[in-house]
Amino acid sequence: MVRDLNDIIVRTGARILIPFMQIYSLYVYAHGHISPGGGFQGGCIMAASFILLAVAYNLHESKRRLKEKRNAIFCSLGVFIFAATGLVPVLFAGNFLDYGKWSKVLFTDPIMARYYGMAFIELGVQITVMAAMVSIFLDLVTAGKHEEVFEEEKINGDNGRQV
Amino acid sequence: MNKVSALIISVIVGLLLVYSESEFPKWSDPNQPASLHVSPRYIEKTVEETKVPNAVTSVLADYRGYDTMFETSVIFTAGVAVMMLLRRPKNGKRPQ
Repeated sequence: MVRDLNDIIVRTGARILIPFMQIYSLYVYAHGHISPGGGFQGGCIMAASFILLAVAYNLHESKRRLKEKRNAIFCSLGVFIFAATGLVPVLFAGNFLDYGKWSKVLFTDPIMARYYGMAFIELGVQITVMAAMVSIFLDLVTAGKHEEVFEEEKINGDNGRQV
Repeated sequence: MNKVSALIISVIVGLLLVYSESEFPKWSDPNQPASLHVSPRYIEKTVEETKVPNAVTSVLADYRGYDTMFETSVIFTAGVAVMMLLRRPKNGKRPQ
């Protein structure tokens, strides 16, 4: 799966599909307030687009777009956004995760502040789910070796071996 | 002997469970306790209190915010655990 899959049909299909998947993932996140959807679903679709890139092209192509270090930062950034959104109301003498108190920061009424608070935490969920899914997939599929598997195959010349 | 006693105990416990099941509310019974207290409150007040038309989102993200927060933490922990168990960069170099 990390080997270079040189198939023009799969590559073209993936190239057409990936931008629409990413747009659709953002739509599922942003429209989660009105229709079924939200951070978990949107994050999984976003992760699927990077996994499709790794399957249809190779590992390097996927890691060039989403660097491993950056991915690890995203993974914790999402939880941080969630917890920070919950902690801001505590500064304004509210309860933890009581988004109504965001009205003092956003200059809206408390009801709309709860609406926006949900959008913030869904963003955190989306980022964490996306990063965790991509990281788990790449670690499991290469047994934690990433490029090393690719280099070993190149030296041994057995490009057809499925890892 | 061991297997026979295990069989007897399983049958007795199974019968007890089937017997206690007759005390449960019927499927889709509108008067069951679960749909009498919390559910109508959320369904009626969601738009009024949060302006979110989708009650699932408002329950998930607002009324049950703690639950969602620790669900996210679980996914984060899973990602970090897989990374710590499997990731072995070459020559101990830091991954890029």
